Amino acid sequence: MSRILHHAAPVATVVAIILALWYLGAVVLNAPWVRDQAARAGQEVTLAELIPATMAQERPVLPAPHQVAIEIWQTTVEKSVTSKRSLVYHGWITLSATLLGFVMGTVLGMALAIGIIHNRAMDMSVMPWVIASQTIPILAIAPMIIVVLNAVGLSGLIPKAMISTYLSFFPVVVGMTKGLRSPDALQLDLMTTYSASGAQVFWKLRFPASLPYLFTSMKVAVAASLVGAIVGELPTGAVAGLGARLLAGSYYGQTIQIWAALFAAAFLAAGLVAAVGLAKGVVDRRMGARA
Amino acid sequence: MTAAASNLDMGDVPATASAAPVIEAKALGLTFQTADGPVQALTGVDLTIGRGDFVSFIGPSGCGKTTFLRVVADLEQPTEGAITVNGVSPREARLARAYGYVFQAAGLYPWRTIGANVRLPLEIMGYSKAEQAERVARVLDLVELSGFEKKFPWQLSGGMQQRASIARALAFDADILLMDEPFGALDEIVRDRLNEEVLRLWAKTQKTVCFVTHSIPEAVYLSTRIVVMSPRPGRVTDVIDSTLPRERPLEIRETPEFLAIAHRVREGLRAGHSYDV
Repeated sequence: MSRILHHAAPVATVVAIILALWYLGAVVLNAPWVRDQAARAGQEVTLAELIPATMAQERPVLPAPHQVAIEIWQTTVEKSVTSKRSLVYHGWITLSATLLGFVMGTVLGMALAIGIIHNRAMDMSVMPWVIASQTIPILAIAPMIIVVLNAVGLSGLIPKAMISTYLSFFPVVVGMTKGLRSPDALQLDLMTTYSASGAQVFWKLRFPASLPYLFTSMKVAVAASLVGAIVGELPTGAVAGLGARLLAGSYYGQTIQIWAALFAAAFLAAGLVAAVGLAKGVVDRRMGARA
Repeated sequence: MTAAASNLDMGDVPATASAAPVIEAKALGLTFQTADGPVQALTGVDLTIGRGDFVSFIGPSGCGKTTFLRVVADLEQPTEGAITVNGVSPREARLARAYGYVFQAAGLYPWRTIGANVRLPLEIMGYSKAEQAERVARVLDLVELSGFEKKFPWQLSGGMQQRASIARALAFDADILLMDEPFGALDEIVRDRLNEEVLRLWAKTQKTVCFVTHSIPEAVYLSTRIVVMSPRPGRVTDVIDSTLPRERPLEIRETPEFLAIAHRVREGLRAGHSYDV
């Protein structure tokens, strides 16, 4: 019990400080609107009236934490998951694109890494292009991917997943290449003394040696994949998904809705990274990592 | 001299070594092309190693003793002369899985248990599952590591890891054991024990052993023949046939016979200017 307390205390302190600063910010940022309204009505507002008024607005500049919490509660627990106003519904739309894009990105990244270490031409040529691909702002090419794929009859899940793939293959190809090259000369010489085939060197040495690198890259990739899915939802005309929810919120000045969607995205990202971490833990234990 | 020609020789000429030559080097040389110009790692090495010999290569760093072992193992290509292993080229011998190699570091794969590490060559060489299990158990017993099969390398001491790597080299039926300073990184007490163990394994398995070391007592204690080498350029300065009996308790190292051989090794090193560094 005391150990849990020992670990929880610092976290709780930081959360409390953030909440306090957030409330303070809400009061300061939302106060001008309250004063403005009062001035138009020819009324005076006291500080005691002002503070509650800043935390109960329909479209605040900065919603108070409890407003966001209530919005999240109402749009998850209190709404049916099939409702267009449910965050669970929108979250699932985004999550499905994220997962599909993540899987495609990981497979693409691994395939490129395998090509890079086995083929000299690829070794010399692929990496500069991979790096160049990531210097282009995703916001610039996302609409083009959507439009081009729409023209060939692909819409919905696939184009969004493609954008996720575009963002998530990068850390995987970099990490996996490094991992596949991580065996030292001695470990490789050993394989030579056994006259092992290329496939055996790959499966018995390079691939297992690369797994720790792969999982670290996948943690980065899964978060990037979520960003890709959300960005991919912005130019689709705001049909569904967390990105659509963000866009609709900003169209109509629904700041509470924006913040609720942002938090949903953050929880999703944390959950995804934790899931990859969990998978890494299982693999690590099977591969004899120190406890 | 080509490999094919030396092959023919072997059939007709009686072997000069204690038995049929397992490794035969003639005027062997290897020059590395480095950024600072060519480096002669080996020059004019003539050496015949017979079946069942225990040959130590001793000399200071840079004398080419490891390079010679790596040429035998087909990990380096000679630039001059010829070498045969079991009567064929080192490459053919490697493809025939003629030797087990023990490196200076144990080099166990950290994600495999001790048992799985020893099983690695067997998996690669396509032994059946039952045969794999039987051989792993047998060689682990040979190096006194029974019961550690399911441990991971980091759970073992350095000496135990090195014993596991010897077991790994013994697991398949290679009749040559190439050992490159296998105990160089271990303390003297562990080293003494492992030296005894290597002699015991050698007597039991009848393998031909090439053993690289820079310890004079280790070389004299273990070997039937000692090859003394010198650096710049790497070459053989003396080959000493040991007069010690095959049965060697650790105490043999205090006998006059042992000290005489050690003295001759030291003289050989001095003649090669190995001490003028």
